[in-house]
Amino acid sequence: MFDQLFFYLDFPFVRYAIIVGTLISLCSSLLGVTLVLKRYSYIGDGLSHVAFGALAIAAVLKVTNNMLIILPVTIAVAILLLCGGKDARIKGDAAIAMVSAGALAIGYLLMNIFSSSANVAGDVCTTLFGSMSILTLKPTDVYLCVALSIVVLVTFVLFYHKIFAITFDENFARATGVNVTLFNLLIAIIIAVIIVLAMNLVGALLVSALVVFPALSAMRIFKSFFSVTVAAAVISVICSLAGILVAILAGTPVGSTIVAMDIVAFLICFITSS
Amino acid sequence: MIKCHNLTLGYGSKNIVNSFNYEINSGEYLCIIGRNGCGKTTFLRGLAGVLRPKAGRIELRDNLRRNQIGYLPQITIAQKDFPASVEEIVLSAFQGKSLLLPFYGKALRKRADECLELTHATNLRKESFRELSGGQKQRVLLARALCAAERLLLLDEPVTGLDPESSQNMYNIIKDLHEQKKMTIVMVSHDVEAAKKYATRILNFNEIAQ
Repeated sequence: MFDQLFFYLDFPFVRYAIIVGTLISLCSSLLGVTLVLKRYSYIGDGLSHVAFGALAIAAVLKVTNNMLIILPVTIAVAILLLCGGKDARIKGDAAIAMVSAGALAIGYLLMNIFSSSANVAGDVCTTLFGSMSILTLKPTDVYLCVALSIVVLVTFVLFYHKIFAITFDENFARATGVNVTLFNLLIAIIIAVIIVLAMNLVGALLVSALVVFPALSAMRIFKSFFSVTVAAAVISVICSLAGILVAILAGTPVGSTIVAMDIVAFLICFITSS
Repeated sequence: MIKCHNLTLGYGSKNIVNSFNYEINSGEYLCIIGRNGCGKTTFLRGLAGVLRPKAGRIELRDNLRRNQIGYLPQITIAQKDFPASVEEIVLSAFQGKSLLLPFYGKALRKRADECLELTHATNLRKESFRELSGGQKQRVLLARALCAAERLLLLDEPVTGLDPESSQNMYNIIKDLHEQKKMTIVMVSHDVEAAKKYATRILNFNEIAQ
């Protein structure tokens, strides 16, 4: 088995997949802790569907680099959802559900009407479930992903205490003079970037799992914010690596294998903590 | 210490506090009472700077600065099972001082310890917030407010939901802060008996609203 593994590791596309997979799972788990605790678990789902819709628009417009459309659109929606309804929190989940299903429907509609390929269903399935897209990454995709991941990680480490203060108690943070609006904006932008990146790894429908599972697993066992954050990052990276390797060796779809690993990790944490 | 000039506060198009004029003096222990929804909490949020006035203004007097005001908001549902150590929560009070460092210095840690001691919560320092009792949680959040404050404390229903013993404990701590540390206290409360017993002045919000 190891011979086979080393044989595969000789291929650059396998190494790309591992680098990108590690970085994305690291970033998504860090922000996942904040999202789960802010009761925004579903935002990942909503934003990834928006990214899917934007992807369809990019395909219709025949833009060569579709990131130019996907990233700004997703960031704009993230800002609307996370920073828009400060005093209308109750509307939050309804807004996400609306945007989520709406974007998915429009995306699929556009792909069908303006389709240039013979296999629309196959294309859609690939985008939604990620199937093999992570194994077809080009070097430019990898550079973009590495650069964006580094920006996300540096921002997170630099503003870690601010993010904690806002996550735990937005009102108190505002009263002590923290620029809560600015940091919420920053968090929204970072999350949109992560979601778009993660879509490559596991596909639009499974992005939430990458955001939510490691955080929930870590919260079962650890008791301080710092230990939960670190544990979520470690769990997420291990699950993604294991998922990618299993997927390559067993020929299963990458995205769903990673999520299956995350579920196993969650069950282990759940059982050991209770 | 604080003077409100024609203060109007509210959410969206709804005004909850209308053209309100009031003055809070240094050294007072002010209790704000009134039925649910009459605007007590909204007023306190305005004083704390969480809610911006729609009209009028809040004047800080006697050289009072924003970062000398400590605020104890009502506990939220999300906080009840929040995985964070007491130390992390209390130290987060210093984030308003525009720290960009990823760690806290010795002086700040010492100040945090002092505040925990004032609220009899030193032994909880390493505990996880979500495993504390209601009374312990409130004492930790009061310590956090103290870290951010030197002169004025704004307390939003600090004893709501606590058992009689924890409530009494909380009232004693607040009384000590008022009498020994010479802090000005503004407390929103439903407990009229305690308000009569401890406060130097009572503001009945029922008469002001609408």
